[in-house]
Amino acid sequence: MDYIEPHAHMVSRTTDDYVTLSLAGCRAVCEPAFWAGFDRSSAHGFHDYFLQLTCHEPRRAAQFGIRHFSWLCINPKESEDTVLAREVLSLIPQFLSASNVLGIGEIGLNKNTRNELEILHLHIELAARHRQLILVHTPHLEDKLKGTRLTIDALREHPDIDPARVIIDHVEEHTVKLVLDAGFWAGMTLYPQSKCSIERAVDILDCHGLERIWMNSACDWGISDPLAVPKAVQHMLARGYTRQQAVKMVWDNPVAFLSQSGRFDIHA
Amino acid sequence: MTGNEILNQFFMANRARLLDIAAFLDRLQRAGASGDYRMESFKACLPILSDQHPDKTRRILELLSDPDPDPIDTSPGKGASGAWPGFTSGS
Repeated sequence: MDYIEPHAHMVSRTTDDYVTLSLAGCRAVCEPAFWAGFDRSSAHGFHDYFLQLTCHEPRRAAQFGIRHFSWLCINPKESEDTVLAREVLSLIPQFLSASNVLGIGEIGLNKNTRNELEILHLHIELAARHRQLILVHTPHLEDKLKGTRLTIDALREHPDIDPARVIIDHVEEHTVKLVLDAGFWAGMTLYPQSKCSIERAVDILDCHGLERIWMNSACDWGISDPLAVPKAVQHMLARGYTRQQAVKMVWDNPVAFLSQSGRFDIHA
Repeated sequence: MTGNEILNQFFMANRARLLDIAAFLDRLQRAGASGDYRMESFKACLPILSDQHPDKTRRILELLSDPDPDPIDTSPGKGASGAWPGFTSGS
Protein backbone atom coordinates (compact mmCIF):
# COMPACT_ATOMS: atom_id res chain seq x y z
CA MET A 1 0.00 0.00 0.00
CA ASP A 2 1.37 3.45 -0.88
CA TYR A 3 1.83 5.59 2.21
CA ILE A 4 3.32 8.83 3.49
CA GLU A 5 5.80 8.92 6.36
CA PRO A 6 4.87 12.27 7.93
CA HIS A 7 7.71 12.40 10.48
CA ALA A 8 11.13 10.85 9.93
CA HIS A 9 14.66 12.08 10.61
CA MET A 10 16.26 10.70 7.50
CA VAL A 11 19.58 12.52 7.96
CA SER A 12 20.17 9.94 10.72
CA ARG A 13 19.21 6.94 8.61
CA THR A 14 21.09 4.86 6.06
CA THR A 15 20.49 4.44 2.37
CA ASP A 16 19.37 0.88 3.22
CA ASP A 17 16.49 2.47 5.13
CA TYR A 18 15.50 4.45 2.04
CA VAL A 19 15.49 1.22 0.02
CA THR A 20 13.34 -0.49 2.66
CA LEU A 21 10.91 2.43 2.84
CA SER A 22 10.57 2.54 -0.92
CA LEU A 23 9.93 -1.21 -1.14
CA ALA A 24 7.28 -0.89 1.59
CA GLY A 25 5.36 1.71 -0.44
CA CYS A 26 6.60 4.96 1.06
CA ARG A 27 6.16 7.77 -1.47
CA ALA A 28 7.06 10.79 0.66
CA VAL A 29 8.94 11.49 3.88
CA CYS A 30 8.57 14.68 5.93
CA GLU A 31 11.55 15.61 8.06
CA PRO A 32 11.22 18.07 10.95
CA ALA A 33 14.33 19.82 12.23
CA PHE A 34 15.38 18.20 15.50
CA TRP A 35 18.08 17.59 18.07
CA ALA A 36 21.11 15.81 16.60
CA GLY A 37 21.75 13.92 19.85
CA PHE A 38 24.27 16.57 20.87
CA ASP A 39 24.14 20.35 21.22
CA ARG A 40 25.43 22.33 18.25
CA SER A 41 28.10 24.82 19.21
CA SER A 42 26.80 27.76 17.19
CA ALA A 43 24.12 28.96 14.80
CA HIS A 44 26.43 28.02 11.91
CA GLY A 45 25.70 24.38 12.67
CA PHE A 46 22.00 25.05 12.18
CA HIS A 47 22.64 26.94 8.94
CA ASP A 48 24.39 23.88 7.55
CA TYR A 49 21.65 21.60 8.91
CA PHE A 50 18.94 23.67 7.18
CA LEU A 51 20.92 23.38 3.92
CA GLN A 52 21.05 19.63 4.44
CA LEU A 53 17.26 19.50 4.99
CA THR A 54 16.38 21.71 2.03
CA CYS A 55 19.01 20.75 -0.56
CA HIS A 56 20.92 17.56 0.10
CA GLU A 57 18.38 15.21 1.70
CA PRO A 58 15.73 15.74 -1.04
CA ARG A 59 18.32 14.64 -3.61
CA ARG A 60 19.22 11.58 -1.54
CA ALA A 61 15.55 10.58 -1.16
CA ALA A 62 14.87 11.11 -4.87
CA GLN A 63 17.36 8.35 -5.73
CA PHE A 64 14.88 5.92 -4.18
CA GLY A 65 11.73 7.38 -5.72
CA ILE A 66 10.73 9.12 -2.49
CA ARG A 67 9.76 12.80 -2.25
CA HIS A 68 11.38 14.59 0.68
CA PHE A 69 9.87 17.52 2.58
CA SER A 70 11.15 19.37 5.62
CA TRP A 71 10.17 21.56 8.56
CA LEU A 72 12.51 24.17 10.08
CA CYS A 73 13.13 25.40 13.63
CA ILE A 74 15.46 25.17 16.57
CA ASN A 75 14.28 22.14 18.50
CA PRO A 76 13.13 22.41 22.14
CA LYS A 77 16.17 20.55 23.50
CA GLU A 78 18.41 23.38 22.32
CA SER A 79 15.97 26.19 23.06
CA GLU A 80 17.04 26.58 26.68
CA ASP A 81 19.89 28.78 25.40
CA THR A 82 17.73 31.70 24.29
CA VAL A 83 20.63 33.66 22.79
CA LEU A 84 21.50 30.78 20.46
CA ALA A 85 17.80 30.13 19.79
CA ARG A 86 17.15 33.73 18.75
CA GLU A 87 20.15 33.64 16.42
CA VAL A 88 18.89 30.42 14.80
CA LEU A 89 15.38 31.83 14.50
CA SER A 90 16.81 34.76 12.53
CA LEU A 91 18.25 32.29 9.97
CA ILE A 92 14.98 30.52 9.23
CA PRO A 93 13.19 33.07 6.97
CA GLN A 94 15.85 32.78 4.25
CA PHE A 95 15.06 29.05 3.97
CA LEU A 96 11.27 29.31 3.94
CA SER A 97 11.18 29.80 0.18
CA ALA A 98 12.82 26.41 -0.45
CA SER A 99 10.43 24.25 -2.45
CA ASN A 100 10.33 21.37 0.05
CA VAL A 101 9.66 23.38 3.23
CA LEU A 102 6.25 22.63 4.77
CA GLY A 103 6.40 24.92 7.78
CA ILE A 104 7.85 25.51 11.24
CA GLY A 105 8.65 22.41 13.28
CA GLU A 106 9.16 20.44 15.33
CA ILE A 107 8.81 23.19 17.89
CA GLY A 108 7.55 22.89 21.45
CA LEU A 109 8.83 22.08 24.91
CA ASN A 110 11.23 19.53 26.37
CA LYS A 111 11.48 20.06 30.15
CA ASN A 112 8.73 22.70 30.25
CA THR A 113 10.99 25.62 31.20
CA ARG A 114 10.31 29.33 30.95
CA ASN A 115 13.08 29.71 28.34
CA GLU A 116 11.65 26.92 26.18
CA LEU A 117 8.25 28.58 26.41
CA GLU A 118 9.71 31.95 25.37
CA ILE A 119 11.27 30.39 22.26
CA LEU A 120 8.07 28.48 21.50
CA HIS A 121 6.19 31.79 21.39
CA LEU A 122 8.80 33.24 19.02
CA HIS A 123 8.40 30.25 16.70
CA ILE A 124 4.61 30.63 16.73
CA GLU A 125 4.99 34.32 15.88
CA LEU A 126 7.38 33.43 13.05
CA ALA A 127 4.90 30.91 11.66
CA ALA A 128 2.06 33.42 11.87
CA ARG A 129 4.13 36.15 10.21
CA HIS A 130 5.03 33.90 7.28
CA ARG A 131 1.73 31.98 7.16
CA GLN A 132 3.45 28.66 7.80
CA LEU A 133 2.01 25.39 9.07
CA ILE A 134 3.20 24.32 12.53
CA LEU A 135 4.40 20.91 13.71
CA VAL A 136 4.64 20.63 17.50
CA HIS A 137 6.81 18.18 19.42
CA THR A 138 5.39 17.34 22.84
CA PRO A 139 7.75 16.39 25.67
CA HIS A 140 8.75 12.90 26.63
CA LEU A 141 7.28 10.64 29.29
CA GLU A 142 6.54 12.34 32.64
CA ASP A 143 6.79 15.80 31.03
CA LYS A 144 4.30 15.18 28.21
CA LEU A 145 0.97 15.95 29.89
CA LYS A 146 2.13 19.23 31.41
CA GLY A 147 3.99 20.19 28.22
CA THR A 148 0.98 19.49 26.04
CA ARG A 149 -1.23 21.69 28.22
CA LEU A 150 1.35 24.51 28.23
CA THR A 151 1.74 24.24 24.44
CA ILE A 152 -2.00 24.41 23.79
CA ASP A 153 -2.22 27.45 26.09
CA ALA A 154 0.68 29.08 24.22
CA LEU A 155 -0.92 28.48 20.81
CA ARG A 156 -4.22 29.91 22.06
CA GLU A 157 -2.45 33.13 22.99
CA HIS A 158 -1.94 33.74 19.27
CA PRO A 159 -5.38 34.42 17.77
CA ASP A 160 -3.97 34.47 14.24
CA ILE A 161 -3.02 30.78 14.50
CA ASP A 162 -5.69 28.49 13.05
CA PRO A 163 -5.69 25.16 14.97
CA ALA A 164 -6.51 23.36 11.72
CA ARG A 165 -3.03 24.38 10.49
CA VAL A 166 -1.23 22.96 13.54
CA ILE A 167 -0.39 19.32 14.25
CA ILE A 168 0.57 18.37 17.79
CA ASP A 169 2.71 15.28 17.64
CA HIS A 170 3.59 12.38 19.94
CA VAL A 171 0.12 12.25 21.52
CA GLU A 172 -0.75 9.35 23.81
CA GLU A 173 -3.87 8.28 25.67
CA HIS A 174 -3.60 11.11 28.22
CA THR A 175 -3.09 13.91 25.67
CA VAL A 176 -4.94 12.96 22.49
CA LYS A 177 -8.34 14.24 23.66
CA LEU A 178 -6.87 17.58 24.81
CA VAL A 179 -5.40 18.08 21.34
CA LEU A 180 -8.38 17.00 19.26
CA ASP A 181 -10.94 18.82 21.42
CA ALA A 182 -8.96 22.04 20.94
CA GLY A 183 -9.29 21.68 17.14
CA PHE A 184 -5.68 20.74 16.38
CA TRP A 185 -4.46 17.76 14.37
CA ALA A 186 -2.83 14.97 16.38
CA GLY A 187 0.18 12.82 15.50
CA MET A 188 0.91 9.43 17.04
CA THR A 189 4.54 8.34 17.08
CA LEU A 190 5.10 4.60 16.95
CA TYR A 191 8.09 3.74 19.11
CA PRO A 192 9.19 0.40 20.56
CA GLN A 193 9.36 1.73 24.15
CA SER A 194 8.44 5.36 24.67
CA LYS A 195 5.45 7.10 23.04
CA CYS A 196 2.90 4.74 21.37
CA SER A 197 3.15 1.08 20.49
CA ILE A 198 1.36 0.08 17.30
CA GLU A 199 -1.32 -1.71 19.31
CA ARG A 200 -1.97 1.32 21.52
CA ALA A 201 -2.08 3.63 18.50
CA VAL A 202 -4.83 1.52 16.98
CA ASP A 203 -6.61 1.51 20.35
CA ILE A 204 -6.55 5.31 20.16
CA LEU A 205 -8.15 5.11 16.72
CA ASP A 206 -10.80 2.78 18.18
CA CYS A 207 -11.62 5.37 20.85
CA HIS A 208 -11.13 8.68 19.01
CA GLY A 209 -11.78 7.90 15.34
CA LEU A 210 -9.83 8.64 12.18
CA GLU A 211 -10.36 12.38 11.81
CA ARG A 212 -7.49 14.91 12.15
CA ILE A 213 -4.96 12.26 13.16
CA TRP A 214 -1.95 10.53 11.62
CA MET A 215 0.73 7.99 12.52
CA ASN A 216 4.49 8.30 12.06
CA SER A 217 7.67 6.41 12.87
CA ALA A 218 9.78 9.46 13.85
CA CYS A 219 12.73 7.20 13.04
CA ASP A 220 16.00 8.88 14.02
CA TRP A 221 19.40 8.08 15.53
CA GLY A 222 17.80 6.26 18.51
CA ILE A 223 15.87 3.02 18.86
CA SER A 224 13.09 3.42 16.31
CA ASP A 225 11.58 1.52 13.40
CA PRO A 226 11.39 3.17 9.97
CA LEU A 227 8.77 0.59 8.97
CA ALA A 228 6.45 1.34 11.89
CA VAL A 229 3.77 2.93 9.69
CA PRO A 230 3.30 0.01 7.26
CA LYS A 231 3.41 -2.35 10.25
CA ALA A 232 0.61 -0.30 11.82
CA VAL A 233 -1.37 -0.69 8.60
CA GLN A 234 -0.99 -4.47 8.88
CA HIS A 235 -2.20 -4.27 12.46
CA MET A 236 -5.18 -2.08 11.54
CA LEU A 237 -6.23 -4.66 8.93
CA ALA A 238 -5.78 -7.50 11.44
CA ARG A 239 -8.00 -5.62 13.86
CA GLY A 240 -10.80 -5.39 11.30
CA TYR A 241 -10.24 -1.96 9.77
CA THR A 242 -10.87 -1.78 6.02
CA ARG A 243 -8.20 -0.98 3.44
CA GLN A 244 -10.07 2.28 2.78
CA GLN A 245 -9.72 3.24 6.45
CA ALA A 246 -6.02 2.35 6.41
CA VAL A 247 -5.52 4.47 3.29
CA LYS A 248 -7.24 7.37 5.02
CA MET A 249 -4.84 7.03 7.92
CA VAL A 250 -1.55 6.81 6.04
CA TRP A 251 -2.32 8.75 2.86
CA ASP A 252 -5.51 10.84 2.84
CA ASN A 253 -5.03 12.43 6.27
CA PRO A 254 -1.36 13.42 5.77
CA VAL A 255 -2.23 14.79 2.31
CA ALA A 256 -5.16 16.79 3.73
CA PHE A 257 -3.08 18.43 6.43
CA LEU A 258 0.17 18.92 4.53
CA SER A 259 -1.49 20.25 1.36
CA GLN A 260 -2.41 23.35 3.35
CA SER A 261 1.25 24.33 2.99
CA GLY A 262 0.86 24.79 -0.77
CA ARG A 263 4.11 22.84 -1.18
CA PHE A 264 3.07 19.24 -0.67
CA ASP A 265 2.99 18.02 -4.26
CA ILE A 266 3.91 14.35 -4.04
CA HIS A 267 3.63 13.87 -7.80
CA ALA A 268 6.17 16.52 -8.78
CA MET B 1 -13.37 -7.33 17.16
CA THR B 2 -15.28 -9.41 19.69
CA GLY B 3 -13.85 -10.13 23.11
CA ASN B 4 -13.16 -13.70 22.05
CA GLU B 5 -11.36 -12.57 18.90
CA ILE B 6 -9.21 -10.21 20.97
CA LEU B 7 -8.32 -13.02 23.36
CA ASN B 8 -7.58 -15.44 20.53
CA GLN B 9 -5.28 -12.98 18.82
CA PHE B 10 -3.58 -11.19 21.71
CA PHE B 11 -3.76 -13.32 24.88
CA MET B 12 -0.44 -15.13 24.43
CA ALA B 13 1.54 -11.95 23.71
CA ASN B 14 0.08 -10.22 26.74
CA ARG B 15 0.53 -13.28 28.96
CA ALA B 16 4.24 -12.99 28.11
CA ARG B 17 4.21 -9.26 28.97
CA LEU B 18 2.55 -10.00 32.30
CA LEU B 19 5.25 -12.53 33.13
CA ASP B 20 7.93 -10.01 32.14
CA ILE B 21 6.47 -7.53 34.63
CA ALA B 22 6.37 -10.20 37.34
CA ALA B 23 9.97 -11.15 36.59
CA PHE B 24 11.02 -7.47 36.69
CA LEU B 25 9.46 -7.09 40.15
CA ASP B 26 11.11 -10.34 41.32
CA ARG B 27 14.46 -9.05 40.07
CA LEU B 28 14.03 -5.77 41.94
CA GLN B 29 13.06 -7.62 45.11
CA ARG B 30 16.07 -9.93 44.90
CA ALA B 31 18.26 -6.87 44.49
CA GLY B 32 16.74 -5.34 47.60
CA ALA B 33 15.64 -2.20 45.72
CA SER B 34 13.35 0.12 47.62
CA GLY B 35 12.39 3.75 47.85
CA ASP B 36 13.23 4.79 44.31
CA TYR B 37 10.52 7.07 42.87
CA ARG B 38 10.38 5.02 39.64
CA MET B 39 9.76 1.83 41.58
CA GLU B 40 7.19 3.49 43.84
CA SER B 41 5.40 4.95 40.82
CA PHE B 42 5.46 1.61 39.05
CA LYS B 43 3.96 -0.18 42.04
CA ALA B 44 1.30 2.52 42.40
CA CYS B 45 0.19 1.78 38.83
CA LEU B 46 -0.37 -1.93 39.42
CA PRO B 47 -3.78 -1.68 41.17
CA ILE B 48 -5.12 0.19 38.14
CA LEU B 49 -4.53 -2.94 36.06
CA SER B 50 -7.01 -4.95 38.05
CA ASP B 51 -9.65 -2.38 38.93
CA GLN B 52 -13.03 -2.30 37.20
CA HIS B 53 -12.76 1.19 35.70
CA PRO B 54 -12.05 2.02 32.03
CA ASP B 55 -9.17 4.07 30.58
CA LYS B 56 -6.44 2.18 32.40
CA THR B 57 -3.71 3.37 30.02
CA ARG B 58 -4.68 7.02 30.36
CA ARG B 59 -4.84 6.76 34.16
CA ILE B 60 -1.43 5.09 34.38
CA LEU B 61 0.12 7.74 32.13
CA GLU B 62 -1.41 10.46 34.31
CA LEU B 63 -0.07 8.81 37.46
CA LEU B 64 3.43 8.81 35.93
CA SER B 65 3.18 12.49 34.91
CA ASP B 66 4.44 15.70 36.52
CA PRO B 67 1.31 17.13 38.20
CA ASP B 68 2.68 20.69 38.57
CA PRO B 69 0.96 22.90 35.96
CA ASP B 70 3.57 25.68 35.91
CA PRO B 71 6.74 25.97 33.79
CA ILE B 72 9.99 25.53 35.72
CA ASP B 73 12.74 28.14 35.95
CA THR B 74 15.69 26.16 34.62
CA SER B 75 16.14 22.84 32.88
CA PRO B 76 17.50 20.03 35.07
CA GLY B 77 18.89 18.36 31.92
CA LYS B 78 17.51 17.08 28.66
CA GLY B 79 16.31 13.59 29.54
CA ALA B 80 13.17 12.11 31.07
CA SER B 81 12.99 9.03 33.29
CA GLY B 82 9.41 7.90 32.71
CA ALA B 83 8.14 8.78 36.19
CA TRP B 84 7.83 12.02 38.11
CA PRO B 85 10.78 12.39 40.53
CA GLY B 86 8.52 14.06 43.11
CA PHE B 87 6.31 10.99 43.39
CA THR B 88 5.92 9.33 46.79
CA SER B 89 3.58 6.50 47.65
CA GLY B 90 1.32 9.05 49.36
CA SER B 91 1.15 11.33 46.27
